[in-house]
Amino acid sequence: MGVVVENTDLSLKLAGHFNDVKEKLFLNSPDVINAHRQKAFQDFVSQGIPTRKNESYKYTDLQPTFMPDYTFIHEKGGGDVALHEIFKCDVPQLDTYMVLLQNGWFYDQDSRTGVLPEGVIMDSLENVAKQQPELIEKYYAALAKSEDDPLIALNTAFAKDGYLLYIPANVEIAKPLQIINLLKSDTDAFITQRNLVIAEPGAKVNLIICDHTLNSNKYLSNSVTEIHIGENAQVDYYVLQNQHNDSASLNTVCIRQGNDSTVRTNTVSLHGGLIRNSLKVVLDGENAEAGIFGMAFMDRRQHIDNFTRIIHAKPHCQSTQVYKNVMDDKSSGAFSGLIHVVRDAQKINAFQRNNNLLLTDEATMHTKPQLIIDADDVKCSHGATVGQIDNEALFYLRTRGIGEKEAMLMMMNAFTHEVVQEIKVVPLRERIDELISRRLNGEVARCHECAYDCDS
Amino acid sequence: MLTVKDLYVSVDGKEILKGINLEVKPGEVHAIMGPNGSGKSTLANVLAGKEEYEVISGSVSFLNNDLLEMSPENRARNGLFLGFQYPVEIPGVSMVNFMKAAVNELRKFRGEKPLTAGAFLKLMREKKELVELDTQLTNRSVNEGFSGGEKKKNEIFQMAMLEPKLAILDETDSGLDIDALKIVARGVNALKSSESSTIVVTHYQRLLDYIVPDFVHVLYDGRIVKSSGKELALELEAKGYDWIKKENGS
Repeated sequence: MGVVVENTDLSLKLAGHFNDVKEKLFLNSPDVINAHRQKAFQDFVSQGIPTRKNESYKYTDLQPTFMPDYTFIHEKGGGDVALHEIFKCDVPQLDTYMVLLQNGWFYDQDSRTGVLPEGVIMDSLENVAKQQPELIEKYYAALAKSEDDPLIALNTAFAKDGYLLYIPANVEIAKPLQIINLLKSDTDAFITQRNLVIAEPGAKVNLIICDHTLNSNKYLSNSVTEIHIGENAQVDYYVLQNQHNDSASLNTVCIRQGNDSTVRTNTVSLHGGLIRNSLKVVLDGENAEAGIFGMAFMDRRQHIDNFTRIIHAKPHCQSTQVYKNVMDDKSSGAFSGLIHVVRDAQKINAFQRNNNLLLTDEATMHTKPQLIIDADDVKCSHGATVGQIDNEALFYLRTRGIGEKEAMLMMMNAFTHEVVQEIKVVPLRERIDELISRRLNGEVARCHECAYDCDS
Repeated sequence: MLTVKDLYVSVDGKEILKGINLEVKPGEVHAIMGPNGSGKSTLANVLAGKEEYEVISGSVSFLNNDLLEMSPENRARNGLFLGFQYPVEIPGVSMVNFMKAAVNELRKFRGEKPLTAGAFLKLMREKKELVELDTQLTNRSVNEGFSGGEKKKNEIFQMAMLEPKLAILDETDSGLDIDALKIVARGVNALKSSESSTIVVTHYQRLLDYIVPDFVHVLYDGRIVKSSGKELALELEAKGYDWIKKENGS
């Protein structure tokens, strides 16, 4: 009973805050974003902060996450830091267009990384929503529905900014587009970030998302990203999560695919106090293909929750999901993956697998594969394993002179290799390989040089 | 090279080795034979450093070091090699990376620089030819999808790469057809020198037609009950192990 009251209190506190800042939220915000705000707020109030009684949040306790007194960042900071100076991505040979966001606010594109192809818009969501509302009107909040999920509702209620990426029909962005989300605030902070990606028919892009914390304050980041993939378009969406142990990163990504489109996601969770990745992919066109991959390396008391929904809404599609987790110390994690083939979506080939490696007796992992199939001519399979390092293999390597630690590393690398090789941007793959090795080696795998102390 | 004195070893509380004594000098080939369950594989594994085996008493000296105090990797770096009876499949670890790591660990231990990529590949090629290991196999994960014979050849290939001072081959002949057996034996013989020694653990005399031992020991019920020259192997082949069992009261 106590927990319920507590949760209600926390939800009320958030609701109270919304009412306090409501005017400010509406003020200066584009109509497109404001149009959804009030309903989203009501949807949040009726759902509340999810408890573990909510089946979708069964394995992640968000109570402690919402407990601290965070400062809400409803306004864009003055750009108090020269982000380009303190943040230099050191991914070698990774030639990207680089975009920076701080605390959920679009900062700018690093002009030194080049000029995007004509017609491509990469800008602040707020700006574009003001200047070209017609561009985003039919896409905003079309996939991420506030009535479906309290975190989406909360995000939509508080949404101010984030990035907007628009790629016109048949434009291929050859260089990867790298979006760097930095958290840096003087106080513990609650971050709301709302992103929108529109890939028109035939468009093609590689997106690399890097999530970082730049100082040791507590952060709760609640982000929602909607990705619309038009006919025959292709979006690769790579996420590198590297935040400190006092951060909670709640990410919702909703993707809709048209005919003959391809999406490939690969979420690499290297560090973070609590990470929840909720991913929904609707294959809403024929001959669409989705490759959904992820890996996490958790230690201490870190927590990872990968929650995927793959909805096969149209026939002749293919989806593959592979998630791998390496769990050390007292870390905990969950994988809940649903494949839903809707009625009459025939000739579907859907595959899902989750493998977990527990390095200690105290690490825990929950895995919950689910299939809902309402068509009769489909091929679906799923599998999950939770295991330990194979001692026989470890001994074998050691009898060849390879040290115990090195042998462990080889085996852990081998374990995640399958997911790493799905990263098709080669320099990124090599870099992630290296980061994983450093991570597994016990070194903090910061992928940037930064002038700040990053306690982790 | 190797001196085993009064070695008692138990596994899961069960005593398997009950006082082993064995002396191996440089350049010698020793065969350890014996019926199933006599402790042959336990001896091979305990010498390689398998942790599940508990040494109750006794000592093992390897090149004047206390072998039992050394980790498996240090035993290997000092020149001890175990050819596994059942080589382990390690999906995701490529043969090339595995061998590169092993060779370079060894070189580091000796204070040598790592091999260049070119030199390493050349070494791989030479040694593969020696045991007629299919080139494709080294592009795969360690032992993954290898046939029984290929796995055993792969053991000898690794031995050739690492050039150990003491090689312990645990039932390397099991599961091999006669052609593969000859190839494996040829590999072992080619690596033989006056400085290196071999312990061949086997159930059958067959392998000893090709790897000629200087000494044959019969292990029975955790003890070496008979030691002699190579003629002992022929006697065992002709008479089986029953007479050994009878002589030792079972």
